[in-house]
Amino acid sequence: MSHLLEVKNLDVKFDTDEGRITAVENISLSVDQGEVLGIVGESGSGKSVTAKSIMKLNPGNTSYNEDAEIILDNENILQFTSKQDLKKIRGGKVSMIFQEPMASFAPAIKIGAQMVEQLLIHKNINNDEAKSISINMLKRVGIADAEKRFNQYAFELSGGMRQRAMIAMALSTMPKLLLADEPTTALDVTIQAQVINLIKDIIKEYQMGVIFITHDLGVIAQVADHVAVMYLGSVVEKGPVNEILKNPKHPYTKGLLQALPDINNLDAPLSPIPGNIPSPLDRPTGCVFRTRCPHHNPEGKDGKIEMKLIEVEPGHWVDQCGIQCGQNG
Amino acid sequence: MGDNLISVNNVSVNFDYQENFISKKQKIHAVNNINIKIKKGSFFGLVGESGSGKTTLGRAILGANKISSGNVIFHDDERDYDLTNMNKQDLKEYRKKAQLIFQDPYAALSPRMTVRDIIAEPLEVMKITNSRQETDERVRDIAAKCRLNIEHLRRFPHAFSGGQRQRISIARALVSNPKFIVADESVAALDVSIQADILNLLKQLQTELNLTYLFISHDLSVVAHVCDVVAVMYLGHIVEMGPSRELFKNPKHSYTKALLSSIPSIDPEKRSEAIELKGEIPSALNPPPGCVFRTRCPNPGIDCKGGEITMGLTEVEPGHWVDQCCVL
Repeated sequence: MSHLLEVKNLDVKFDTDEGRITAVENISLSVDQGEVLGIVGESGSGKSVTAKSIMKLNPGNTSYNEDAEIILDNENILQFTSKQDLKKIRGGKVSMIFQEPMASFAPAIKIGAQMVEQLLIHKNINNDEAKSISINMLKRVGIADAEKRFNQYAFELSGGMRQRAMIAMALSTMPKLLLADEPTTALDVTIQAQVINLIKDIIKEYQMGVIFITHDLGVIAQVADHVAVMYLGSVVEKGPVNEILKNPKHPYTKGLLQALPDINNLDAPLSPIPGNIPSPLDRPTGCVFRTRCPHHNPEGKDGKIEMKLIEVEPGHWVDQCGIQCGQNG
Repeated sequence: MGDNLISVNNVSVNFDYQENFISKKQKIHAVNNINIKIKKGSFFGLVGESGSGKTTLGRAILGANKISSGNVIFHDDERDYDLTNMNKQDLKEYRKKAQLIFQDPYAALSPRMTVRDIIAEPLEVMKITNSRQETDERVRDIAAKCRLNIEHLRRFPHAFSGGQRQRISIARALVSNPKFIVADESVAALDVSIQADILNLLKQLQTELNLTYLFISHDLSVVAHVCDVVAVMYLGHIVEMGPSRELFKNPKHSYTKALLSSIPSIDPEKRSEAIELKGEIPSALNPPPGCVFRTRCPNPGIDCKGGEITMGLTEVEPGHWVDQCCVL
């Protein structure tokens, strides 16, 4: 069976005043229907850029490599250029939920009007139908008084409720793929737990594919089926969530897990990953993690080992330099 | 009390609120009747959701918010400062001794000042040093303690990453040689690997410089790791307080229990055992009477449902205080 979404050998580069920046390099990912792919990594690792490429939402100074493919439903999105084609993707087949719902809703337009507007663009329906779909969707995501909220502005809703409304809006067009970019980061833990449960229920109900981007490994453990760990634009490790979190091979994945305060083990010291993420302007050659790797082997340190994912267990892929380093430490 | 640095006695903070100019003036009860004692050299944690009053309480202790009733005493070596009753001279003295580290290291540093000037500014404003040379010495000294390089001092903040910026903010807060630091969500904006680094730095500086912290955070795992004593706040009240290990191992209040269960576990096999709290934190404009948590409580008693039980902490174990509604 072919995948719902397949990203092959994607490079994303930005032309800036300081030079050409490689934001994402040679990424291959796939998502099946009803599956949640989690992407984790620190800020600057290229998680959001990858997701935005799927909707071609990156700014005008972006260039993609020639041989890259982003195949959704047997169509290569990267070859879409006309507004007509892109419209099918943006909000139609693919929807996105952002981190800060206050910034995503237009502040001076009522929530209902925004929901109706996008439905009218993507579905062949009239105003009344769009309104009833919207209100039902608001009810589905657990907003009480949906009719009242429909006529309110984003600022009148609390943070958790705004995020629910955002989810309702993203789902009302019945996309095949949902991109969730840090959807719970700005929320309190109790509200986060509610939103995570809601997203999980909805995925089950509508059988859509989801890419869930977060820096929080705990959230990944709760929602994802598969995980890709990104560092400085490259995937350094990917595989089933259980494998990655319980049996990490790459030193970066291990480092992330060790830096995480675990409430069940308060005696464990917090060990930060030494150093800082290098600027994308001087991205290391070879293994991107080598400048911070605590266990680098001599060749990897010189940047002589190229980045390449190798399958160590069925479905569990690790960068080849990281396999060797991971064994050292 | 010899070993306390800060005593907060029955402190309430109210804000006036008027929806528009013709509507009635209302009071927002941001912080209600709080009693805490912060021991010298301790790492006191304050947790709660947004809107629980953590920041307001932290600012009230620093004298940055007006205290509506009650008082805050800062026990210095020679004398006590009563924050509710301080003249300008005292306030200036107090500012040297109590400092704040902010959440967002991107917003807290002026983009037009060099790192040296940013760190030196408190010294100049408070007239602590007498010569430029002396200032420079102290700046270099504290920068080294915060693991900043000397060459960093000449640069501007835009050249630094989030973690480095937070170290600059810490250096600025510590340069006046304070005894008490309020760290308000100081690691919330950082990546996990950097967060661990900053937490270790704060711990290390605590022993080196003999500091006492009030650490405000919404992240329970972080608080559990660094704090000795923790107070859990909800809607302006402390609902549970105690030594952090005891409190996290043996939570008594249903809000603390719910918070703890809401932390996403990194074990994929332990999915969703969260006690799901319904709804959201009520508005502080009209908090529910009686136990403030009863509108979301997963297992409310018969009495508290009616709001008949007033808020008040009871000691269940030595040093472990829980709101009486959840003990009954």
